[in-house]
Order: sequence, then C-alpha cells, then structure tokens
Amino acid sequence: MSTEQPGAVPPEHPDRLWDSPEPRGSYDVVIVGGGGHALATAYYLARDHGITDVAVLEKGWLAGGNMARNTTIIRSNYLLEESAGIYEHSLKLWEGLEEDLGYPILFSQRGVLNLAHSLQDVRDGVRRVNANRLNGVDAEWLGPEEVKEVCPIVEVSPDARHPVLGATYQPRAGIARHDHVAWGFARAAAALGVHLIEHCEVTGVEVAGGRARAVRTTRGRISADRVALCAAGHSSVVARTAGLALPLQSHALQALVSDLLEPVHPTVVMSNAVHVYVSQAHKGELVMGAGVDACNSYRQRGAFHVIERQMAAALELFPVFARAHVLRTWAGVVDVSPDASPVVGLTPVDGLYVNCGWGTGGFKATPGAGWCYAHTIAHGEPHPLNAPFSLERFTTGALVDEHGAAAVAH
Amino acid sequence: MLLIPCPWCGPRDETEFRYGGQAHVAYPGDPAALSDEEWARYLFFRDNPRGPFAERWSHAAGCRRWFNAVRDTASGEIHAVYRPGEPRPVTP
Ligand SMILES: Cc1cc2nc3c(=O)[nH]c(=O)nc-3n(C[C@H](O)[C@H](O)[C@H](O)COP(=O)(O)OP(=O)(O)OC[C@H]3O[C@@H](n4cnc5c(N)ncnc54)[C@H](O)[C@@H]3O)c2cc1C
Ligand SMILES: [Zn+2]
Repeated sequence: MSTEQPGAVPPEHPDRLWDSPEPRGSYDVVIVGGGGHALATAYYLARDHGITDVAVLEKGWLAGGNMARNTTIIRSNYLLEESAGIYEHSLKLWEGLEEDLGYPILFSQRGVLNLAHSLQDVRDGVRRVNANRLNGVDAEWLGPEEVKEVCPIVEVSPDARHPVLGATYQPRAGIARHDHVAWGFARAAAALGVHLIEHCEVTGVEVAGGRARAVRTTRGRISADRVALCAAGHSSVVARTAGLALPLQSHALQALVSDLLEPVHPTVVMSNAVHVYVSQAHKGELVMGAGVDACNSYRQRGAFHVIERQMAAALELFPVFARAHVLRTWAGVVDVSPDASPVVGLTPVDGLYVNCGWGTGGFKATPGAGWCYAHTIAHGEPHPLNAPFSLERFTTGALVDEHGAAAVAH
Repeated sequence: MLLIPCPWCGPRDETEFRYGGQAHVAYPGDPAALSDEEWARYLFFRDNPRGPFAERWSHAAGCRRWFNAVRDTASGEIHAVYRPGEPRPVTP
C-alpha cells in the first residue's frame, strides 16, 4: 500500500504491459467490455479458478470508459448488510492489491468524509455509522470541529450557506490511480493467458436453445461457452441483443479537475445534499464530481448547468477554491438501477452473466466485483456475497435500497 | 445543456424543465390481475435505448405543463415534441 500524499510524483509508465493478440474463433469465456470490472474478472477467473481461455473484448481502448473517467473514491460505508458484504470485501482486496498485482496502484487510505447539512442528514449519518460498525466496517461520527481537524479547508461556520452539522468518517477509505489499477489487472491477466482485445465491439449475443453460444463482433463471430457482460453504461444495449431486458437507465455523469495546487486537501469530502465530492490527486489537481444529468443519455459529455451547480456548491464548502481554475471536464455513461445497487449474477439465458448497474459508484468495487463475478461464472452460481444482487430481486421485491448511502443522487 | 422546445412556450433552456422518464407507460388496466413478473416490469423496467426515445418533460419553471419529446439519447437531438394525449409522431 502506498501512503503518498498530494504532490507525490507518480511512478513512470512502463513501455509495455500486455500483448495484443488476434481474436480466436472461440473461448471458454468471453467478457464483453474492457473496463476495470472486466479486467479484474478475467484476472480472478485465471488466478483463482484456473480458467485462462478467456477473451476480454473492448470496443474502444482498454479501460477507456468509466474506468478512465471516475473520481476514484473508494469506501465501504454503505448502509445495508448486503452492501457491507460486497464493498468491504472489495476494500480488503484493495488493501492487498498492490502486492497481489505486483504493480503500483497508488492506493491512498486518506479517509472519506460524508458531510451532513440538515437534521435528516445527521440522523441518516449516525444511523449509517452504527450500521457500519455492526457490519465490521470502520466508521466514526464527527462534529463540525472534528471535521475541521480532518480537513481544515472545509467551511464549518454555522452561518455558511450549507452549514456542516457533522460528517460520517471512514478512515480506511481513500483513492487509487484508476488507470494504474486497470493496467495492473490487465498485465496480470495477460500474463496468465487471458486475451485482451481492443477495438472489438460486440454487436450481438447469439442465443440458441435458451443458451448463449457466441458473440458477433466488429472483428468477426466468436463462439463462447459463457458470455459475461461487463459493459457498464451500455449493458442495456448489449443485453437486448440477447433478448434480455435490464432494469437500468443510462445517464451521463460528469467530473472535472482544477489546475495543479499545493497540497491543501488531505482527505476526500463528499456532500450528497449539495452535490459535490472533492479530493486532491497525487499530482495536485482537485478532482471533483457531481450528480448525474437527469435525462437518459449515451453521450460521453454532460450538461454545463450541472457543472455550474456543482462549482457553486464547492465554493460554498471550500471558499479557498475561489481562485482555482477548471482545467478539464468530461463525462462517462453510467447505468443506474432502481435501488441504486448493482446487478451481478445469472440471467434467464444459460451461460449469460451480468455485472452492471454499478451506476455512479462501481470503481470502489473493482476488485470485489471481479472476484465475485469470477466465482459466479466459474461455478454457474453466485457467491454468497453477490447472491443478494440478483436480477430476480426486482420480482421478489428483495431490493437492496442504497439510495441514501450511494452518495450521488440519481 | 439542451434547448427544449416546449409545445406551449417555445424553446427554453433545459434548466427550466424536469425530466419524467419514458413516455407512454400506462398504469395497469387491471392491477389485481398482475403477476409478480408483470408488476416488476411495470415498476422497475423502462426502455433504455441508444437512439430515439419517447420521454416526458415538465416545463417546471414555465407553463408547468407536461409534454412528450422524442430525443436521440446518442446525439441529444430532439426530433419532436408533442402534447399529452397526442400519438408519438413518426420521426426520421
Ligand atoms: C464521472 C464519474 C465519476 C465516478 N466516480 C466514482 C468514484 O469516485 N468512485 C466509484 O466507486 N465509482 C465512480 N464512478 C463509477 C465507476 O467508474 C463505474 O461504476 C465503474 O467504472 C464501472 O465498471 P467498469 O470499470 O467495468 O466500467 P467501464 O470502464 O465503463 O467498462 C465498460 C467498458 O465496456 C465497453 N463497452 C461497452 N459496450 C461494448 C460493446 N458492445 N462491445 C465491447 N465493449 C463495450 C466500454 O467501452 C467500456 O470500456 C464514476 C463514474 C463516472 C463516469
Ligand atoms: Zn411551457
């Protein structure tokens, strides 16, 4: 684990991390999408289950989707037991990932504050802290002065436009370098024999006799015993080609960075109520995210008024940012589920698996989701940790309603 | 930001509107007859196409009326807007 602070120099990029093989005509497992979840899944399939005849098919460049666009916040302080199970498992994997992969991922456990601005926020936050502790997740409730101690640049005056009445604090939470995480998984998976194939869009999943048999791609037909979707924002589009409807809506989610600053921000601050979350990257940029754009969208760009609102909130909370400049803004396409929890598991089509609906918060789950999904694919049944996140829950009504702890309004 | 042509007020900034999701989702005619699967479909499943999508908007900061639009979710282009009760127009 690296404990580098803002301003630390990131490691040099190696020249070459993986090969680019030509796609073969068939594989045991074809993974659709080449983001972090796909790469983690491929790695754990190979390492833990001995399944190495695996292809990861990415329509663009490897991990160029949400994996390259997120604000890299990692935490496990969700409310419900089911969520604590999978997110905390993921956080434990993060804690050993650098050694596992033999690759620097700059995981920095600098803690996360979730601010409370209303009495309701306070009650929800205290309840969440208690729930976290009962589930073995580290959590503390901090008053405004303690918030100031953890992050001196937060405005905690009671006269502020968004008064800080307290915050939940998870000290083990933090950030990691997202591209390094993807490259680390990619390199390790490729070394175990997994084929990583870029510029290969899956245009359809072939189903015959109730079973997935193959995928059609822009580089030809590839047959597969098992097809595993990891297509984040585009899950609905791919699943529909197999006749499968998913309870998802795709939205643009934006983020931005400032110019480089001296180390000023030692932790991660999230505010659900006013819709901004901020950390300082290792190099020194402030990294800020907002809520999703309201309407459905597959455009990797969001609306300007969302950024405006987010900046207004950021300035109220962090007056010190008034002189920072916005350097770049961008968006990803995230798929949001009705209960703000992911869908990971089997589908009514034999041999077709889904990992989707992580919405605005799936980066933190990258190792845990890949680990559970690999188990699900290898055994043809979910691991107990992802069993609650089945597609059936929308029929049985056993929803995992995490809207309150998801930290981004959808 | 989208420029949305309200059928009553004309083109206005997206910030004046509220989004209402997929259009033409009718409340079940005979709710008591629905199976669990059918309830799940009605409550939780909406179309999510990459391309033209018929959806609802409310001109919340203007005339406060609801209307429908056909918008391409891949390009953002609005092909048509129409009033409640009107059929979805044929768009290119
Ligand atoms: C702005 C923003 C901020 C975020 N901040 C956070 C955060 O702070 N913390 C957090 O935990 N999460 C965050 N997230 C969410 C997180 O990024 C996603 O939940 C997570 O990355 C999803 O898993 P993935 O990495 O596999 O997705 P992706 O990296 O999006 O992988 C999906 C891949 O599938 C490919 N694909 C799609 N269709 C096809 C096809 N037909 N054929 C082949 N390939 C296809 C795409 O090109 C893409 O590369 C954020 C997301 C965004 C956009
Ligand atoms: Zn109007």
